[in-house]
Order: sequence, then structure tokens, then C-alpha cells
Amino acid sequence: MPLLTTKGLSRHFGGLRAVDGVDFALMPGEIRAIIGPNGAGKTTFVSLLSGRIRPSSGMIVFDGADITTMPAYQRVRLGVAYTFQITSVFANLTAFDNVALPVQRTLTDGRSKGAVRTGVMAALERTGLADRVGTLAGQLSYGHQRLLEVAMGLALKPRLLILDEPTQGLADSEIDNFIALVREIAKDATVLLIEHNMPVVMQLADRITVFNSGKILAEGTPEQIRANTQVQDAYLGATHG
Amino acid sequence: MRDASPAKIYALHIGVIALLFALNFVLPDYHQGLFARIMALAVFAMGYNLLFGYVGMLSLGHAMFFSAGLYGAGLTVYHLGWGVPEAFVAGVACGAVLALVIGLLALRTSGVAFMIVTMMFAQVFYLLVLYFAAWTGGDQGLVIQQASRVITIGGASLDLTNPTVRYMSALTLFSVVLIATLAIARSRFGRVLVAIRENEERTKMLGYDTVANKLAAVVISGAICAASGAAYALLFGYVGSSFASVQYSILPLLWVLLGGAATTLGPLIGTLFMYYVTDIASSFTSAYLLIVGIALILLVLFAPKGILGSIRQRWLGWLP
Amino acid sequence: MHFGPHLLLAALEGLVTSAVLALTALGLSLVFGVMRVVNVAHGEFFMLGAVLAWAISTAIAGHPAIGFVAALVIGPLLVGLVAFLAEWLVLRRLGYNPEGTIVATIGMLYIIQQLALSFYGPEARPVEPPFSYRILLPWFGYSGYKLSVVAASALLLVLTWLVLTRTRIGLIMRATQYDRETAQAFGIPVERVYAGVFAIGAMLAAIAAVLIVPISQAHYLMGQDPLLLSFIVVIIGGLGSLRGTVVAAILIGLSDGIISMFFSPTLAKIIATLVVAMVLVFRPQGLFGTTQR
Repeated sequence: MPLLTTKGLSRHFGGLRAVDGVDFALMPGEIRAIIGPNGAGKTTFVSLLSGRIRPSSGMIVFDGADITTMPAYQRVRLGVAYTFQITSVFANLTAFDNVALPVQRTLTDGRSKGAVRTGVMAALERTGLADRVGTLAGQLSYGHQRLLEVAMGLALKPRLLILDEPTQGLADSEIDNFIALVREIAKDATVLLIEHNMPVVMQLADRITVFNSGKILAEGTPEQIRANTQVQDAYLGATHG
Repeated sequence: MRDASPAKIYALHIGVIALLFALNFVLPDYHQGLFARIMALAVFAMGYNLLFGYVGMLSLGHAMFFSAGLYGAGLTVYHLGWGVPEAFVAGVACGAVLALVIGLLALRTSGVAFMIVTMMFAQVFYLLVLYFAAWTGGDQGLVIQQASRVITIGGASLDLTNPTVRYMSALTLFSVVLIATLAIARSRFGRVLVAIRENEERTKMLGYDTVANKLAAVVISGAICAASGAAYALLFGYVGSSFASVQYSILPLLWVLLGGAATTLGPLIGTLFMYYVTDIASSFTSAYLLIVGIALILLVLFAPKGILGSIRQRWLGWLP
Repeated sequence: MHFGPHLLLAALEGLVTSAVLALTALGLSLVFGVMRVVNVAHGEFFMLGAVLAWAISTAIAGHPAIGFVAALVIGPLLVGLVAFLAEWLVLRRLGYNPEGTIVATIGMLYIIQQLALSFYGPEARPVEPPFSYRILLPWFGYSGYKLSVVAASALLLVLTWLVLTRTRIGLIMRATQYDRETAQAFGIPVERVYAGVFAIGAMLAAIAAVLIVPISQAHYLMGQDPLLLSFIVVIIGGLGSLRGTVVAAILIGLSDGIISMFFSPTLAKIIATLVVAMVLVFRPQGLFGTTQR
């Protein structure tokens, strides 16, 4: 059974059909990449999934439950985590406090301060930020801020982690680490990422969904997508040609 | 590390309380009275700071919560003959309920609209006080007799008009609220409030119901301000509509800005400083409001972080 | 008097209130619309206009009309200068941060009010109207001056509308309002526009005040009601909408006149304030405005 499905999901802004009747299914445990030209509706689509914006019509089902009208914060509690396209860590808070926010919410054992610290340190170590625990997030390098963002996503213990352009602005060396990190995350969670960097997509994704003009143009394994002439015309041709 | 040991932080706060306790025995009569007043009003500032400093919500209507406590306590004593403890509880309850209602409405707005909406609700409250002058005494106000301001516990009785009893009562309330705001600031709830101030949208996406958290902050803030108002009515024996006027919504903002928003001790420092500045100034000019006005402008221009906020930024990063 | 004439009188009084209110609120609306600054000191600019009108008209001997005309010209200019300085010395340095500017204009409110109290005093003082012609209606006589206030206000509103929609200055103001950065990129001197708008906003309030002092006296606390009512008008009318501002001013002015004739003025204020707060809570774009962008 799919972890997440959408049926006829649409979002219109005035006359613009940003997302137009999308039927989509995501299996548990997979790493799925969404690609497509700028303005194809990718970010709008994942914003609909995360609940940041409301659909004009259609339906979203997560783990068998209809979440179409559920507020964003409740979806997060169900296990749908979203990391922002533009880095939006809390710049004036320490790395510790940034991660403590998601950690303390997922804790169920009540009051112990030690549990928060343990959880925070675990998430920071996983992303290689353990030595920055007391630094203000705004003073971290850009790459580290992106990693902190991922650490916050991880700390939510998501079942579905949505990453919106996670490698944007990362150096090549950081990208390799990042790929390893996503693979590790995918051991316990399903990952849906929007990504422009094609090498990253080809290395990471189990399957790829191609968006164009608010609709799904194609879907398949990296090999199938690479071979798809329609996709080459609409997207690969446009960026690499 | 910006993390200071909790022991150091609590030691500082208990030290401040101990100092205020000791001052009771050294201060001359006049200043002892002034300090009691300042401590009672610093509670008002601390309640305001919880919302303005930590959650970043600028209300221009907190006079209504202060005066809900003032009238909730004052009128139950004056008209219903309630005892001091019951009246105090009634005052705090009035403030909390009012804050809940106002919060539910005003939290539909944010930013500038929130400021104007809170100001308007406070204006309605002020006008209602004037409209029901038959009960509230309107702008003349009501004086609560000394006989009504005595707490009797068992055989012992505490006369709130006695300067030392009054000072100690104000100090008790101040201490409880100071430690409570410190605990809130260091708690998980406090961390969420600060996160909302920094980026509400992001906080939502971490799974927090930000509206519920903000509402909780409004209610706690309203209850603390009401506690200050109730204490003021019972300790100083007067309730009047001037406490509900817009000026009393501006004053806590001024005190908090001056002392340092989102610092636990800032509200006390701001209230103390402003009270003494106006006290000294009033000996050679009656233009009290002029000083308030100039202070506000100079603060937003040159020291938006306030006294303690600037100290924290420069030297003492661990200050809560 | 019977009910009908009574209502007519209330409506006429309400119309005068509306006329003055529309001018005052327009000033507030311009400042908020273009600069995104909530000017809490707006009512004090109104008061300053009235107090200066008294000072100028008493300083000039001769026919009351001469003093009044002098006040109508010099008063608003002086108020505009004060506003210009306030903008230049304070608001600009705050980078027009919405919360900082509110706190700063609250400071200005206290300073202006206190200075007026210190130099003008706590008394309410009248200004003689420039003419005292009474128009005779079948039921009662009515002050011709009051009607001329309505006419003057209407004229100024039309003039402002023409400037905003038909001139280059208006275009520049609208461009700045729409997008500050882009306007700056196109070489519009945004800072000068802001200073000008802030001064014009204050001058509109001052003109309204000069017009009203022959009817109601000058007093150092007289700025509070116009401030509140202007807020109400701007909120109900929708921000940045001139038409909405005028319609709302007429609505508020008339209902204020009529309600306070039949009910207690305090109750009228309570109801009006509550209604406006609710409008802001449930329909923040105003009753006549449309959602922004």
C-alpha cells in the first residue's frame, strides 16, 4: 500500500493552474525525486502535501487517512516533515535550540531535560554538526545551515521527509556527504526531494517524477527517465541544450 | 557556549530578591513606598514582556488586563465586601478570562493590525469603565477603606496599609512572578514562544500549533498583568479609570523597552529607572509626559535592546 | 422641534463632522498607504493645527476673516514643517520599521501634547469664524460657516484626488506605495517622497483642525477623538482607498452625529470602536477594500 497518494490534486492562483489534477503515489521506503523546469509546480505540489497551502480541489491521503484539510502542524505530527527551499533555520537561536524544538515535541517521556539533550546531540552528530552545538545558527556557514535544516527535519522522526532543493548552494564536497546522509535517512523514512542537480538525482532516486506545467509528464526509474524523449524535450533539453 | 549553569542564573535572581528584601530595612519611608509601587508595577511589565519580549507580539492594549485585575479586585472588595485573598483571585481570574476572549479575537490578526485591535479593545474597556461610572467611580475612582484591606488568617491579621506589610506583599508577588517568568523562559514552552517570535511559519512546520501557543502566552501575560492590577488596588487602596487609559498600555511597553525586552530582569530595571527619572524630573518640571515621549523616541532610535539587552549583547551572553 | 427637523439637524451636524473627518483620515491613510507607517501622532498634528490657528488669529488684528485666512495658510504650513522634521530626524533613521515607528510616533504624541499644555495651557479657546451668516431653514437657522466647511472639505478632497490620479507627483506617490525598491531603482527619490507624504498627511489634519476651531474650541487634548475616528474610518474604508475613506468618513460622521444626539456619546463611541475592532478582526481589508496582492 502506498504511504502517500494524491487524487486529482489541483491548486489555482487566479487563472494560473500551478498544480493541475495530479494523481501521485509514493511507496514506503523509496527515495523519490521530483524534477521539472522552473515554474512546473514542484514547490507548489510539495507545499500542498505539507499543508503550507490549501488545494483548490483534489485529495491527499497519508497512510490511509485523508489529510486534505488537515492543518500543517498536525501533518507534521503524523510524520510529514518539510525542509524549506530557502534556508530558514532560526538564525538568532543556537544550533542546539534549533534542533531542540523538533526534538522536544516528538518526545513522549515527559519532562526530563536529559532526553532533549540526548536527542539533539544524536541529530547533530548524524549531520556532522556536533561541534557547533552552541553556535548561533545565523553564524554557521551556508552549507552548515542546510545541514542544520536537515538535522531539524530528522529530529522530527518523520515517516516522510520532503526536501525542497536540499543541495542548492552546497559545495561539491558537501554534496557527497549529503548524498550519503539521504541514503542513511532513507533507511527509516521515505524521502521525497525536489532537486535540480541531475547527478544527485540520478545517484539517489529510486524513481523520478517529472513535472511540467502543473502536471506529471512522466514517471519511472532514472534509466527510463533518461531514455524518455518527451522528458528530454521538455526539461533535459531545455537545461542542457 | 551561551548555556550558563542553571545554578548561576538562579543565584542571580535570588540575589536580586534578597537585595530587595534587605532594602526594606534601609530605605527611607518615602522610597520604601516608592519601591513597593515599583515592584507591583514591575509585575505588570513582566507580564507585558512575556508577550512582547518572548513572543514578539506588540500589544497596545495591556491596560485592559491591568485594570481588569484592578477592578476585579477593587470592586469585589468595595461593593461585595470580599476579603483580600478572594478579591485578589477574582482580579486575576477577570484578567485571565478577558485575555482569553481578547486573545481568541485578536490572534486572527498580526503585526500592525494586532497592535491596533488590542488598542481598540482596550479603548472599549476604558469607555465601559466611564460608562458604568455608577459602579466604577469613573474618572474620580473609588477609595478602598483601610478596614477592607486587612487579611485575617486565624488569629493574626495583616494590615496592607502598613508600609512594611505592603512592601513585603509587593515583594512576594514580584518574586513569584520573577521566578515564574524565569522558569517559563527556560522551559520548552519558552523555547517555542521564542521560535514563534523568530519565525512563526517555520515553527508551524516543526509541528507546533502556534496559535494555541500564542493564546496560552496571551492568557498568562493577561493573568500576570491582572495580578499586578489586583495587587495595586489592594495595596494602595485606589481604583480609577486613568489606569485603563491608553497611557497605561504604553507605560509597560516603555518600561520593557528601557529595561530590555526578553530579559527576565529588564522589566524591573526599566520600571525602576523610569520611576526615578520621572520622580526626579517632577521636582523641577510638571512635564512628565514630555520625558516619557523623549525617552520612547531615544530608546527606539539608539537602544532598541534596552539596558539589560545591551549588556547581554556586549558582556553577559548568559543572562536569561 | 419635531422628530424630522431634529433628525435633519443631527444629519447636518454629522455632515460637518464627516467633512472634517474625511480630511483628517485621508492624511492618516496617505501616510499608511505610501509609507506603511501607522502615525499615532496624527491627532496631535490636528491639535497643533487648531492651537496654531488660535495663536495666529489672535495675533492678527482687524476683521476675523483676515486672521482666519492667515491661520488657514500659516498653520498647516507650520504643522507640515514639524512633521517634516519629525520624519527626517526620527522615522527615517528607523528605516520605517512598522513597530519602531509606532513607538516613535507615540513618543511624538506625548511630546507635542505636553508642549501644547506647557505653552498654550489647559484652557479651551475659541476662534472667531470668518463670517457669521445664518441660513434660515423653515424649522431653524443654521450656521452658514458650518456648511462652508463641508464645501471646503469637498473641494480639498477633489483636489487631492486630482493630484493623486492626474499628476506626476501622484504617479510617483503611487509607484512608491506599490513597490519601494523598484521605485528607487527607477530613480524616484523615495526618501523625499516619504518626507513629503508625511508632511502632507499632517497638513491635511491641520487644515481640518483650522476649519473646525471656529465651531469647536482649541484644546490641548482635542487630538484624541480625531485620531480614533480616523483610525476607524481608514480601517472601515480600506487602506489606501480614497473613495473608501470618504464613504467611511460620511458613514461614521453621520452615524456619530445621529447616535450621539439620541444616545450617550460614550455609548456611541463604545459601539463604534467595538464594531471597528471586529471589522479589523474578521475583515482586515476593510468593508470597501479588496484583498491586497
